[in-house]
Amino acid sequence: MTAQPQPAPPEHPDFLWRNPEPRSSYDVVIVGAGGHGLATAYYLAKEHGITDVAVLEKGWLAGGNMARNTTIIRSNYLWDESAAIYEHALKLWEGLPEELDYDFLFSQRGVLNLAHTLQDVREGMRRANANRLNGVDAEWLDPDQVAEVCPILNVSPHTRYPVLGGTFQPRAGIAKHDHVAWALARRADEMGVDLIQGCEVTGFVKDGEKVVGVETNLGRINAGRVGLAAAGHSSVLAERAGVRLPVQSHPLQALVSELHEPVHPTVVMSNHVHVYVSQAHKGELVMGAGVDSYNGYGQRGSFHVIEEQMAAAVELFPIFARAHVLRTWGGIVDVTPDASPIISATPVENLFVNCGWGTGGFKATPAAGLTFAHTIATGEAHALNAPFALDRFTTGALIDEHGAAAVAH
Amino acid sequence: MLLINCPWCGPHNESEYHYGGQAHVPYPDNPAELDDRQWAEYVFYRDNPKGPFAERWMHSHGCRRWFNALRDTVSYEVLATYRLDEPRPEPRVTDPAGEQR
Repeated sequence: MTAQPQPAPPEHPDFLWRNPEPRSSYDVVIVGAGGHGLATAYYLAKEHGITDVAVLEKGWLAGGNMARNTTIIRSNYLWDESAAIYEHALKLWEGLPEELDYDFLFSQRGVLNLAHTLQDVREGMRRANANRLNGVDAEWLDPDQVAEVCPILNVSPHTRYPVLGGTFQPRAGIAKHDHVAWALARRADEMGVDLIQGCEVTGFVKDGEKVVGVETNLGRINAGRVGLAAAGHSSVLAERAGVRLPVQSHPLQALVSELHEPVHPTVVMSNHVHVYVSQAHKGELVMGAGVDSYNGYGQRGSFHVIEEQMAAAVELFPIFARAHVLRTWGGIVDVTPDASPIISATPVENLFVNCGWGTGGFKATPAAGLTFAHTIATGEAHALNAPFALDRFTTGALIDEHGAAAVAH
Repeated sequence: MLLINCPWCGPHNESEYHYGGQAHVPYPDNPAELDDRQWAEYVFYRDNPKGPFAERWMHSHGCRRWFNALRDTVSYEVLATYRLDEPRPEPRVTDPAGEQR
């Protein structure tokens, strides 16, 4: 047993947020009360003093992908643009529990990205060097060093795809996703933001080529500006406003085991055999793998994907061979052609979009919120999200993180 | 796991197939005349509907031939499969009461 026992989860504040009726008009309407929507509202209020804001959520607060992700936070991306925004997010994460006065169990236990082939080794070394040049903490570990970081990992040369090494980002980690959403929601609410659940946007009110409001199941809500943060449903929503987005929605599933004593001290990801595993504070093993290849909105994934990820997990972690799966679930992720997000104005005036985070939106939550709030408030891109504009698909200035993102899409 | 009916080999498990995205995307008639925006449309923009979707699949562990499928992206039901030279069939949609419409 190498991992330290975890502290008991902290108590929640006795009041989180109001549950107001929507007003007829707001300066800004955000569609989607997941992590990104809530963070956007929080930073609109905090950084720009814009508090006449409603966040509309068709289900319940943070009940979509925010409730379904595998909570991993890291910034070891290859390209400069990605490293900049994810590293900024990580720096924000490091201050956020204190800033929000809410202990959401942010735990910097590190992330290992394993290499199983010569190509993996070369990619990993290149990425670690690129990370260091961008001020991201990263090191290359040989198999013995990998075993020192995570002793339960099987690094013997006799597995089908032996561990040939790995990159390690010590400042990476996990956070309790639900608590993150509640922490952001509580502060946004305190500053006057209306969080409205059970409110589905069914259409947009336009004045010429300008959006001036949204139609919802609770009636029309006028808005000076509208920001979409709807993850897997971004293209469905944008289409209602007459905007076509270069995203495809795919099911991405994850699973947890029953509770175990703390045995897994870090986060392990393997792109090649394709599984990622961490242990939650309570003791569940949290595992994920790739998206299903086909488009889908069904919030469930294929069994063979789980079968392959479990086979990979058991080969890497023989100690988990007899762990039982407690539950599985699926989210719908919006994948762009270059596996990088879109935080951008749209061809419709006053309509902005934050989408295309694919399989990795959770780690970006604070930076996505900060930059999207900046774009909505000023009408201009923040330096961090300028490269992630919609027009890159026309200009060809793509940020191709397929494979380089350290996880396959 | 989806059960997909290859037009040549019959029904086989999804894991025998490779997914190829949206079907019926024609190569531009006059490529030299397209501007950057139109090229972006052709290369990067695809439909992403909630409901019946015509898409390409290849039976990679079987006959290795491409074909088209009409599949519901919410229920994941494969409504029809057909050869590349056949037109897209009308979606057969089953409503919650089990009636076909």
